[in-house]
Amino acid sequence: MSTASINGCYLSSFSASKTSLTTPTLRPTTISARLATPPPPSSSSSSIPSLIQNRPVFAAPTPLVPTLGELQTTAEARAVQVKAQVGTPISEGIASSEAVERIKAGFIYFKREKYEKNPALYGELAKGQSPKFMVFACSDSRVCPSHVLDFQPGEAFVVRNVANLVPPYCQTRYSGVGAAIEYAVLHLKVSNIVVIGHSACGGIKGLMSIPDNGAVPTTDFIEDWVKIGLPAKARVKAVHGSAPFPELCTHCETEAVNVSLGNLLTYPFVREGLVNQTLALKGGYYDFVKGSFELWGLQFGLSSAFSV
Amino acid sequence: MGPSGFTQQQENNNQETVTEAEKGHDLFNDLKSRFLSFKKNKYMGNLEHFQNLAQVQLPKFMVIACGDSRVCPSNILGFQPGEAFMIRNVANLVTPFENGPTETNAALEFAVTTLRVENILVIGHSCCGGIRALMSMQDDASGSLLESWVVAGKNARIKTETAASGLDFDQQCRHCEKESLNHSLLNLLTYPWIEERVSKGELLIHGGYYDFIECSFEKWTLDYLKMKTEGTDMLVVKDRMVWC
Repeated sequence: MSTASINGCYLSSFSASKTSLTTPTLRPTTISARLATPPPPSSSSSSIPSLIQNRPVFAAPTPLVPTLGELQTTAEARAVQVKAQVGTPISEGIASSEAVERIKAGFIYFKREKYEKNPALYGELAKGQSPKFMVFACSDSRVCPSHVLDFQPGEAFVVRNVANLVPPYCQTRYSGVGAAIEYAVLHLKVSNIVVIGHSACGGIKGLMSIPDNGAVPTTDFIEDWVKIGLPAKARVKAVHGSAPFPELCTHCETEAVNVSLGNLLTYPFVREGLVNQTLALKGGYYDFVKGSFELWGLQFGLSSAFSV
Repeated sequence: MGPSGFTQQQENNNQETVTEAEKGHDLFNDLKSRFLSFKKNKYMGNLEHFQNLAQVQLPKFMVIACGDSRVCPSNILGFQPGEAFMIRNVANLVTPFENGPTETNAALEFAVTTLRVENILVIGHSCCGGIRALMSMQDDASGSLLESWVVAGKNARIKTETAASGLDFDQQCRHCEKESLNHSLLNLLTYPWIEERVSKGELLIHGGYYDFIECSFEKWTLDYLKMKTEGTDMLVVKDRMVWC
């Protein structure tokens, strides 16, 4: 825990221990769901929706909505087929139509199974959104918050970038993230901002791999971006310096979330929301190797001032 | 403020802290049950798949979508874990190479040069607050972070005001949502490592527009070959389709 004093105000940040499971009190709580003994594999099932509508449709085979298991084997088989033909205009046609069929099937499934079955919800959403959450998550294909935290349409305003980083306030350099936070806090009036890190993060690994000798970056933009996390790298090396590289990366994945939470405090409207208690900040860590999720909070307050 | 006033303030703070703790407790429980629902309904039923994914991700798609809570591509297009590397920003904007670093082009660089995705899909949508802010801006310079970001879509606004001058504001916004999307597709080609792969037929660029009022999805693909043979900088598209 670290405390800083600024003009009689106190700033405290907490990071909860990863191994404890405590009853929530005034202090933040860790909630871990550990991977138990796997159950027997469930049998997969697929549904074949039939298209019924009174408008002309694009003539295409009836789409299947494959399960994950089927998708994996199908994707592998198709990957072999497509890769064998890469480089010719014909292959572009095959790859394109496969990709297009995939998203078409996904959309038709969404429309029939979600949109049309919840007209009240989607009717309201068409008029406006009032999500309670703003979520920062990594761009990694494996960690979409709609899956991991089961967010439904309308629930969370989501920003995704490499290594789920929140840079400090800067109107010229980081207007993209700033715009998102401003929109979420001032326009949508979200009540929670959650920053979620994850295991095996390529962006954090890239950060940890940047040489200390100040060599010219080998990438156009990636290194420039992940350097936002340098304070996390410095802390991890200071505290765990002799640990093996993969372990350092794991520590940095969590520490970078804390750096991002700290950076959120540089946005005036975030500070104001925290002081007024209309806004709360949370850090999270999704470990898809172990199948666990951890959550902790940032407490920020300004005590009463007195003048002499 | 005398001492008694100070004590009163302290008591109020304590009560507020307890309420805050209750709210926090509810939030923790909410997020906990959300994660456990995912774990039970998806993770445990596809354990082998998730264990494979834990080793490596091989997404075929890079998706750029708006942060709007209603348009997550995992929901509307059914992307499952492992399928799509995703950037979400305000108004799904892609700025050109020469504008310098943003979080969007850092993600693009990773997706294209390291993950070697085969498709980039930029998804715009109806009733976009970011585009509305762009269309409402009074001038370039502003104290607002939102306007500092969406001003990148300025050219789309100019084109919209020319092409759609007879339409009302809502209709102009709708026009701009697609215009901005097309500008983002063109901006993708300003990145050398993107254009190189597109020219070799290894990477495809698609635009998508999700209309959540009538629930339709329109999709089109950038026709690089035709753009080159015609020697044009203007966007040429092919394979346009609407799903509804």
